[in-house]
Amino acid sequence: MEKLNIKEFLDQDEKKDLLRLLTAGSVDDGKSTLIGRLLFDSKKLYEDQLDALERDTKRYGNAGENIDYALLLDGLKAEREQGITIDVAYRYFSTNKRKFIIADTPGHEQYTRNMITGGSTANLAIILVDARSGVITQTRRHTYLVSLLGIKHVVLAVNKMDLVNYKQQVFDQIVSEYRHFAEPLGIPDITCIPLSALKGDNVVEDSENMKWYTGKPLLEFLETVHIGSDKNFSDFRYPIQYVLRPNLDFRGFSSTMASGIVRKGDEVLALPSMKRSRVKSIVTYEGEQEYAFPPQAVTITLEDEIDISRGEMLVHPDNLPIVSRNFEAMLVWMDEKKMNPEEQFFMKHTTNLTRVKIDKIRYKVNVNTLEQSSCDALELNEIARVVFSTGKPLFFDSYQKNKNTGAFILIDPITNNTCAVGMIIDKVEMKDIQEFEIPEINLSKLNISSEHYEAIRKVVNELDRQGICVKVNER
Amino acid sequence: MSEEYKLSHLKELEAESIHIIREVVAEFENPVMLYSIGKDSSVMVRLAEKAFYPGKVPFPLMHIDSKWKFREMIEFRDKYARDNNWDLIVESNTKCFREGVGPFTHGSKVHTDLMKTQALLQALDKYKFDAAFGGARRDEEKSRAKERIYSFRDKFHQWDPKNQRPELWNLYNARVHKGESIRVFPLSNWTELDIWQYIRMENIPIVPLYFAKERPIVEIDGNLIMPDDERMPEQYRDKIQMRKVRFRTLGCWPLTGAVESEADTIEKIVEEMMTTTKSERTTRVIDFDQDASMEQKKREGYF
Repeated sequence: MEKLNIKEFLDQDEKKDLLRLLTAGSVDDGKSTLIGRLLFDSKKLYEDQLDALERDTKRYGNAGENIDYALLLDGLKAEREQGITIDVAYRYFSTNKRKFIIADTPGHEQYTRNMITGGSTANLAIILVDARSGVITQTRRHTYLVSLLGIKHVVLAVNKMDLVNYKQQVFDQIVSEYRHFAEPLGIPDITCIPLSALKGDNVVEDSENMKWYTGKPLLEFLETVHIGSDKNFSDFRYPIQYVLRPNLDFRGFSSTMASGIVRKGDEVLALPSMKRSRVKSIVTYEGEQEYAFPPQAVTITLEDEIDISRGEMLVHPDNLPIVSRNFEAMLVWMDEKKMNPEEQFFMKHTTNLTRVKIDKIRYKVNVNTLEQSSCDALELNEIARVVFSTGKPLFFDSYQKNKNTGAFILIDPITNNTCAVGMIIDKVEMKDIQEFEIPEINLSKLNISSEHYEAIRKVVNELDRQGICVKVNER
Repeated sequence: MSEEYKLSHLKELEAESIHIIREVVAEFENPVMLYSIGKDSSVMVRLAEKAFYPGKVPFPLMHIDSKWKFREMIEFRDKYARDNNWDLIVESNTKCFREGVGPFTHGSKVHTDLMKTQALLQALDKYKFDAAFGGARRDEEKSRAKERIYSFRDKFHQWDPKNQRPELWNLYNARVHKGESIRVFPLSNWTELDIWQYIRMENIPIVPLYFAKERPIVEIDGNLIMPDDERMPEQYRDKIQMRKVRFRTLGCWPLTGAVESEADTIEKIVEEMMTTTKSERTTRVIDFDQDASMEQKKREGYF
């Protein structure tokens, strides 16, 4: 291995990228052992690059000595005993090629909520199976949830190969069964790796015991898997997060690039006003940029003075999102409290907050068998295809095409809890839904004189910020 | 020239943090940034400056001064706030200070509770802040691994571990009832190494106590304590020796142990960090008070 002095090491290190991954599996599959080993062995590998390092042998024990890797993760266990809810715990490790964030979710209880929470930002999911039992119900469930979340890379880690004498036949059998099951779910990239987390086969180093396996060991795969093109770079979506007005001469629209690329000089359209302008500058603390891409957080200024506020969206005029108040989505119920379908919820979608009503539950999905059945109201961990209508138009894309403009959360208006999360499929036609009345104030009919219009607009804006839509008719 | 659409891990973390900071300002009425003067705070403050550039950051910094901080910290704080045009609020538990509460007389637990936790809670009530940024990271300690970015507190500022909201994508739920508040941790996904790398990359000023230097040291119960003012109890005063040390964390001087070190540059600090087994918080005396003490302090309202 190439040895570096600390300066070279840091110069190289600050350029590496970030991979977020989800691990799914239960304690019985050896998940803690696998994560423990990844954390532990990668640290050793990472530090070995430093030329100044004098390895303290006591610190790591001898190679042959058995370390209980699972013990490294004990934080979770202690908390479980204290009765603290743990839906997801985050772990961090690095190699000199990548930084990794693991979302580690407990296997058994509340698996759906936990996995959905941990997987929402994941680039990749490791699904563990025990080589002795192969693909089981839990494997199917995990894979379905991963596909629902739109995670593009899956590693099927066939663990405990040592307990089946490292036989290729066992591995091949599991892989073929798994691929057959997963195919209709449309996950673009599935990689299967035979390993033993306990003995270390194919975790960090090639396995001496499985010469028949020609692929990469797990860590090397994680270091090299190409995630650069997973983001949507084609559809420019810029939901305004914050309007920056430090002085009369500067009016900037700050936000995080949801998708697509925007360049200085581009013609842009503001939704919902449909007003057009051009990008005058893309401002950051480091200076102006010629272009911006996701997930950069920037500030855009425009050539023309147009009024845009939080929740509105800048897009390219020839590439619009769907603008609608009616759509259907896959919804995952996250609350202990059962859904009351009559209730109006708050929906947070991009930087928008709106009132929302459930029009119809088309069907719920059994996560174990993927069977569909009818349903009146969802309970914790249940998943359904649901039709919504919102109190104001939203600007969205299907989640599969664009995660950032296709995802939303529902908030219970009484408890303020995040009670459900959803992934938009498409808009629906009006005939499917009951109309959601938007109250209208007709200012002239009410004999309100024009000097009060400004004050009324302010109130309406504030209501809008709280997700309540009121139309103002000034004529 | 071909365009590149790729961010390094530090730039991606930076973008995530800026998004969180802006989101809080957009959705809360009266946010504040808690400023501990430590290295994590220094990074967080820089991220806030970036989030609102070229404007001024639309919230103040607040330092809870336990009255036992290192003098170099206070000097650094005042200079940084002045040079960078920050609104700085400094709050203390003045009643207890007048009554003479301190770590040597009252023990570390009572001192921390009164001069840090209670002082913070009093200040949050005084200004009616509904959101407070803190610089805690998930990798600091095992019990923080599952901490949310938006951490909810009831009207008594208590953290209920059983009642935290699921957090998905970058959609944060900012709805609170009157009197409730949130603590926000924009650095949740940063590791100690990320912090140092970022400080190096961005040339962020930090308190000189982080760098090794000959300093007067007294060894108390295995901790290397630097007597920073005349309140050092008499029995230790003749035991002072000069040793080359640095501090891995900063806090109240009687409660913050130094480590012997030669690391006087950021590079050397990182090198030392990667080749040593002690975790960051082991140099903090207060953690040894009782089992699972962080969890307990968090429930009571301390970070």
